[in-house]
Amino acid sequence: MARSTSKDAQALFQSLRSAYVATPSSLKIIDLYVCFAVFTAIIQVVYMAVVGSFPFNSFLSGVLSCVGTAVLAVCLRIQVNKENKEFKDLPPERAFADFVLCNLVLHLVIMNFLG
Amino acid sequence: MAAAAETSSDRTLRNAFGSVLSFFILLLIGVLAFSIRLFSVIKYESVIHEFDPYFNYRVTQFLTKNGIYDFWNWFDDRTWYPLGRVIGGTVYPGLTLTAGTLWRILNSLNIPLSVETVCVFTAPIFSAFASWATYLLTKEVKGAGAGLTAAVLLAMVPSYISRSVAGSYDNEAVAIFALIITFYLYIKTLNTGSLFYATLNAIAYFYMVCSWGGYTFIINLIPMHVLLCIVTGRYSSRLYIAYAPLVVLGTLLASLVPVVGFNAVLTSEHFASFLVFIIIHVVALVYYIKGILSAKMFKVAVTLVVSIGLVVCCAVIAVLIALVASSPTMGWSGRSLSLLDPTYASKYIPIIASVSEHQPPTWPSYFMDINVLAFLVPAGIIACFLPLSDASSFAILYIVTSVYFSGVMVRLMLVFAPAACIMSGIALSQAFDVFTRSIKFQLPGISGKSEFDAGDTSSSSVVAANDAAKPDKSEETLKERPSRKNKKKEKEQVEKASVEKASTKSKKEKRLLVLPLEASVIALLLLVFLGAFYVVHCVWAAAEAYSAPSIVLTSHSHDGLHVFDDFREAYAWLRHNTEVDDKVASWWDYGYQTTAMANRTVIVDNNTWNNTHIATVGTAMSSPEKAAWEIFNSLDVKYVLVVFGGLVGYPSDDINKFLWMVRIGGGVFPHIKEPDYLRDGQYRIDSQATPTMLNCLMYKLSYYRFVDVDGKGFDRVRQTEIGKKYIKLTHFEEVFTTHHWMVRIYKLKPPRNRIRGKTKKSKTKTSATSSSRKSVARKKNPWH
Repeated sequence: MARSTSKDAQALFQSLRSAYVATPSSLKIIDLYVCFAVFTAIIQVVYMAVVGSFPFNSFLSGVLSCVGTAVLAVCLRIQVNKENKEFKDLPPERAFADFVLCNLVLHLVIMNFLG
Repeated sequence: MAAAAETSSDRTLRNAFGSVLSFFILLLIGVLAFSIRLFSVIKYESVIHEFDPYFNYRVTQFLTKNGIYDFWNWFDDRTWYPLGRVIGGTVYPGLTLTAGTLWRILNSLNIPLSVETVCVFTAPIFSAFASWATYLLTKEVKGAGAGLTAAVLLAMVPSYISRSVAGSYDNEAVAIFALIITFYLYIKTLNTGSLFYATLNAIAYFYMVCSWGGYTFIINLIPMHVLLCIVTGRYSSRLYIAYAPLVVLGTLLASLVPVVGFNAVLTSEHFASFLVFIIIHVVALVYYIKGILSAKMFKVAVTLVVSIGLVVCCAVIAVLIALVASSPTMGWSGRSLSLLDPTYASKYIPIIASVSEHQPPTWPSYFMDINVLAFLVPAGIIACFLPLSDASSFAILYIVTSVYFSGVMVRLMLVFAPAACIMSGIALSQAFDVFTRSIKFQLPGISGKSEFDAGDTSSSSVVAANDAAKPDKSEETLKERPSRKNKKKEKEQVEKASVEKASTKSKKEKRLLVLPLEASVIALLLLVFLGAFYVVHCVWAAAEAYSAPSIVLTSHSHDGLHVFDDFREAYAWLRHNTEVDDKVASWWDYGYQTTAMANRTVIVDNNTWNNTHIATVGTAMSSPEKAAWEIFNSLDVKYVLVVFGGLVGYPSDDINKFLWMVRIGGGVFPHIKEPDYLRDGQYRIDSQATPTMLNCLMYKLSYYRFVDVDGKGFDRVRQTEIGKKYIKLTHFEEVFTTHHWMVRIYKLKPPRNRIRGKTKKSKTKTSATSSSRKSVARKKNPWH
């Protein structure tokens, strides 16, 4: 039983990797960016847990900035992914412009909130 | 081929014609929405109405005079004496900022309007915007025809009129517009999957948070819809784009508003959105992995992930529950709790229960406020189910939740009204669609396109002959068809089905829905009558029921029209005859008006943030004269204002509110007991009244010298003769009573020169009577 599950898991990883290798490199860059943003958010949460959340607005804006960037990047990734049929008629340039606009709003708000 | 080209060019022509027509219809709807709310200005005058609007007006005045920075830092020492109130941090600034900006723009264009005028007309302007927003929202749900119908209905729905007549300068005036536009942008994002609309959606949500506490409805309804979509297997990446950025941006923007601040992440009202935020990420990941894996491998992955995921989920839920449980009242504010448990307020918070608009509504009020829409709503719900899309499921969820909330609080009927309008708009437009189509098919004549046209013109002539307000309906049906066909085609495109198949399919559907000619003509006539009835009712409600400003009253009697302008008379007296720093005590209802109109410091006002302070005033009003004098004197009060309707029959006066003063006072100071004021559980003021009642300050101040009017002291509100006719005041003196006795102002007499022996005696007496009373007295004046 245990052996079969581990074998299954191995096969799963294998197929996951092979599937992921096939994705275009632009999407991989976005993935890296998302991972980086999430990682930064986690570091901040850990720091908050260790040191304390005193300037709460700073903590909040830091974490939400990271989470927000990650979320927006995921949205961009969804939109520029060629395999998504829903966004066939959305040119990637338009998607990127929307992404930049959304990021601008997000970081204007964060700068305002940072205090 | 040529025929196809011809039809397509014909269709584009028709589309262009339709969009021009709908533009003009929308313009007219805006004019209608604006002008139906002007009855109050025409019948009365251009004044601010009621209570809360006066506060908003005063804040707007401050904003326009001192600028935005002073506004954020405004500490108001004219209310809640001696505590004061930080206005900038405790007020929803959306309405004030909107009106202030409007005034500034107008002034920079050299249109010299006063601040008051701008404030009076803010609500009608925004109700026009709201009906346009309704058009957009319903168009996203069910096409342009339904949108136009819903916009017409919303422009004159009585429930919304009651809160947005000219002069009703309250938060709800702009908040309903913000609510609808937020929903529209959410649906738009959901339908298009564009980040641009998601950004706009977050900004609209920000405007909503700025303007009304009801924003929690949005931040709970949208997660509910997302959850519903996920559970019913309608997850799409558009849903992710519509929701995830909204939560992050919305939370950040909400915490920018001072009155919300960190509450946007700390209170339970917002937790649902975060939970769904996590869930949607998990679901998105699952769908992504499902997309790149084969079916068999996915099954393996599911078994692996589910076992790990369950553990993580349990941990997260445990942490959340611990967080929620650690905060007092489980992190819910009193008003939200009273929404979830309708009996909560009456049990624990008399101050919320005492406001009439927080009571549950009665059945007639549904008929009064939404009229025939109540019967059309179920049809609209069914129409939403017929092809169930993401947008229509949102509309259904919106109406279901808002029906519940409107059943809990009368005030929330306002949230229900737009949903009812959208549903009824859908129902009416679908019904017209079906009937006109079946007429078309049965008219004797030619096949194909000419049939279409004949049907349309005949139906429009039928409609136009009946009601001038209705021709837009037939245009809608005309317009709606191509748009819906387009939509259908879009769907079909995904399945790679041919256009011909779609057209045959829709034709088949049409054949199925054909009704007998006579039946559909009669049904059309009846629908038009229903619409006409609705219009008549709305105009009546706007003209008669909802446009009274409540600071000026009128009454028709056999010898003509009487105008009671007593409130402004009294406030003007206060303004001109008292010192600038004098403190005026009254029940909290009149606090905002006193500060705004008389510019005098008040003890409590309609903000009701400090229950103890209100209870102190309630205790003073229900105490005997001497005790009341002591309380008022310790609060530095110079004048006491009571509202008395016994002479003219004005029912919402202080004597009728008196039991709430007793209850609220007794909730904090236990020596005030409600049964002392009731004879056998009955509240009465005639000779059967209890001695406590007859000796309390409110009774004395209301009925002082009242017997001089007619010799009997007949109270026309309570329809009895008063119990104690000859009242002597020892600690108060009457200084002003208005023309119809509706407002009476008393002055506290200065303390008498004391004889040493006498004070000693009285002191020993009080200490001897009871120690509990003394502790109460200490509790009364913590600032002494």
